[in-house]
Amino acid sequence: MTRPTVDLRPTGQPPLPRPRPIATFFTRPQVIALAAVLLVNWALFPGFFTITWQDGRLFGSLIDVLNRGAPVAILAIGMTMVIATKGVDLSVGAVMAISGATAATLVTNGVPAPVAVLAALGTGVLCGLWNGILVTLLDIQPIIATLVLMVAGRGLAQLITEGTIVTFADPLLIFIGTGSFLGLPMPVVIALVLMILATLLVRRTALGLLIEAVGVNRSAARFAGLKANALLLIVYTFAGFCAAISGLIVAGDIRGADANNAGLWLELDAILAVVIGGTSLMGGRFSIPMAVLGAMIIQAMNTGILISGFSPEFNLVVKSAVIIVILVLQSPLSARLFRRLPGAQK
Amino acid sequence: MTDAPVLEAPVLEAKAIVKVFGQHRALDGVDFTAHAGEVHALLGENGAGKSTLIKILTGAYQPDGGELLLDGQPIHLRDPLHGQTYGIGTVYQEVNLLPNRSVAENLFLGRQPTRFGLVDRKRIDAQARDLLGRYGLEIDVRAELSEYSVAVQQIVAIARAVELSGKVLVLDEPTASLDRNEVQRLFDVVRGLKAKGLAIIFITHFLDQVFDLADRVTILRNGRKVASQPLNTLNTTDVVRMMLGKDVAFDHHPTALAGGPKGAVRVQFQGIGRKGMAPFNLAVHEGEVVGVAGLLGSGRTEVARLMFGVDGAETGQVLVDGQPVTIRNPAQAVAAGFGFCPEDRKLDGIFGDLSVRENIIIALQAKLGWFKALNREDQVELAGRYAEALDIRAANHDMPVKLLSGGNQQKVILARWLAIDPTFLILDEPTRGIDVGAHAEIVRTINRLREEGLALFVISSELDEVVAYSNRIVVMRDREMVAELDGDTIAPDAIVQAIAGTPEEAHP
Repeated sequence: MTRPTVDLRPTGQPPLPRPRPIATFFTRPQVIALAAVLLVNWALFPGFFTITWQDGRLFGSLIDVLNRGAPVAILAIGMTMVIATKGVDLSVGAVMAISGATAATLVTNGVPAPVAVLAALGTGVLCGLWNGILVTLLDIQPIIATLVLMVAGRGLAQLITEGTIVTFADPLLIFIGTGSFLGLPMPVVIALVLMILATLLVRRTALGLLIEAVGVNRSAARFAGLKANALLLIVYTFAGFCAAISGLIVAGDIRGADANNAGLWLELDAILAVVIGGTSLMGGRFSIPMAVLGAMIIQAMNTGILISGFSPEFNLVVKSAVIIVILVLQSPLSARLFRRLPGAQK
Repeated sequence: MTDAPVLEAPVLEAKAIVKVFGQHRALDGVDFTAHAGEVHALLGENGAGKSTLIKILTGAYQPDGGELLLDGQPIHLRDPLHGQTYGIGTVYQEVNLLPNRSVAENLFLGRQPTRFGLVDRKRIDAQARDLLGRYGLEIDVRAELSEYSVAVQQIVAIARAVELSGKVLVLDEPTASLDRNEVQRLFDVVRGLKAKGLAIIFITHFLDQVFDLADRVTILRNGRKVASQPLNTLNTTDVVRMMLGKDVAFDHHPTALAGGPKGAVRVQFQGIGRKGMAPFNLAVHEGEVVGVAGLLGSGRTEVARLMFGVDGAETGQVLVDGQPVTIRNPAQAVAAGFGFCPEDRKLDGIFGDLSVRENIIIALQAKLGWFKALNREDQVELAGRYAEALDIRAANHDMPVKLLSGGNQQKVILARWLAIDPTFLILDEPTRGIDVGAHAEIVRTINRLREEGLALFVISSELDEVVAYSNRIVVMRDREMVAELDGDTIAPDAIVQAIAGTPEEAHP
């Protein structure tokens, strides 16, 4: 017997016009926001856009923004996918500390640097897997599940470093934090490559759509035959992997692993970057490049406040103001207001 | 038997109530009265409008038409709290109290007796003991509410509701999670309240409980009142018939459904069961629709969930085309070529924020795996093909599916399963909550899919609908398949009686 099929006539549906990516890119609110912050920085510090070539690499405030923003950008790449599944990962800052501590401790004990780097990445993957297991198998709410490692992770990192700041002089680790490639600082190169690879991975395969589906409706995802738990495991594991990379960069930058301060509060910057990038905390649609852009907006603000001579405390106030503006813009209330505005009468 | 004595003026009266959600008329001119000293049962299948009516009576919803009268005076309830001040109290299936506070605190929350501005704990406890004593409940009122059984919690909730309101008491499926003895205990309490002159509105799915407790019954169907009469004039069969369709207009398809030779067996369930669901055997053939009839709570949806691996089966095995397959989760069911349109479309079916196109291709994509992505052209082609085949009306296929009407959403889910080229399709209430036009289309589609050779398992509480497309009808009662009607034996009375449980085979 033949397989049943529905009457399949060719349809008259015309192919949908593709949006023009370049034109829409420059009208995105995130791009406009970044441009605005950069212009303010330029007004405060006229040399802001000056970029010089020196000793085979680029220097300048703009490059500095990219370089300093890279660790959060890398965290945001992993965090985007976690948030797209309607989750959150609070542990990434602590995982950074664990990763840095692992690499530093291993190289100071004579382990070859490549092995130490792989081991640090491996611990990040294990940490992410742990979060994923709590969220899927034990079905704990992500905010609580990852809070466990956020708190315990710093303790773990201190156990690894035995309570001291482990300094090192290993050239590979230092290169990861401070080296350059094709004139660009290594952290920027790593963040760019990771962003491109991650974006290709989720958009060229079905992973992106399936992750969004799980975030929009986990129950319907199960009914539609999606392996929701496996997807969640992968997403949290990847977030841990990203955090480990950031941890290596931060450690390499200061030539040491500081279990107490490495990555401290950066999970919140990463979440903020994702939200600025337009991925809703309610899960669903996500964009990795936009989250990276969000990280750059945050860093541009940080840098702007530093170079303008204000004390760094202002940073927190400005950042919270930005958060409030974003939350208001995303709230249902403002959605209603904006809908009403054009046709507002009476 | 004659009519019950003419009752005096009703305590609570609803006249020609209309409630509209979007394009869907949930209630269409429904009259309802509750009299002092009677238990009035409200019956109807899911989507009949029961809960909407209750929410209007208690103030949770405001009607779009009609009026509410309390003791003959029109009232306008803003919210349930406002309803309470008029004497209308509600107890829900899920007890709506604070489980981590004491029984006494729950009884007096918001109106605690105070002494010198402080809560007078001793007096609360004494009053609580006194109050519950009147309900025959001798318990430690200082213990946390959660330490007691649901039955006790229900009685506490009733006591609180009666204290606060005291004219009309709405019991919304209070017995759903109680065992037999607890039900009797609850009923004793309700009978006591009835004797005191309360008007009690009782909602349940258990017909035997209705006959046990209620004096009068109002039956809703598709947002309209089918009947409102004393129970002593009715028997179970009458009630079932009215719930499922007033006259059960059997539009039986004689051609395809005459019980003649069917195609090969496509899917075979052998002894599939789990705790709370009797094991069943069922074979579904190519080009066959097996319809499921039974009241809500009879185990209809549970069977579908077992088949699709939503709930893992504890016993039995499944054969597809004669080959055993393992189905422990929906992903394995989809891999075996099963599709499932769940009863709760919004919760388990659609991805509201995703596009129509993505909603259609998602199951096929899940089946293909993570790395064999359907490219955009394929997606557009697939979505276009099935949208046309099922006549899905959407401005374009890139719009979020949540903007579509219920009927079109249902077709999108159907399209999702047709896209995987299924061997076996399970439809749970495929026509619930969709408008009449789309309703007829879905029924036609089911018939067409059968003619094209698909094996289908369709659950519906609309009896005339089941009969319109089923080759065979399985009747469920008390989580068991109790009867199977085939070809010529598909007759209205047979189905209704099998559902109600005929006198000969009355269950204990």
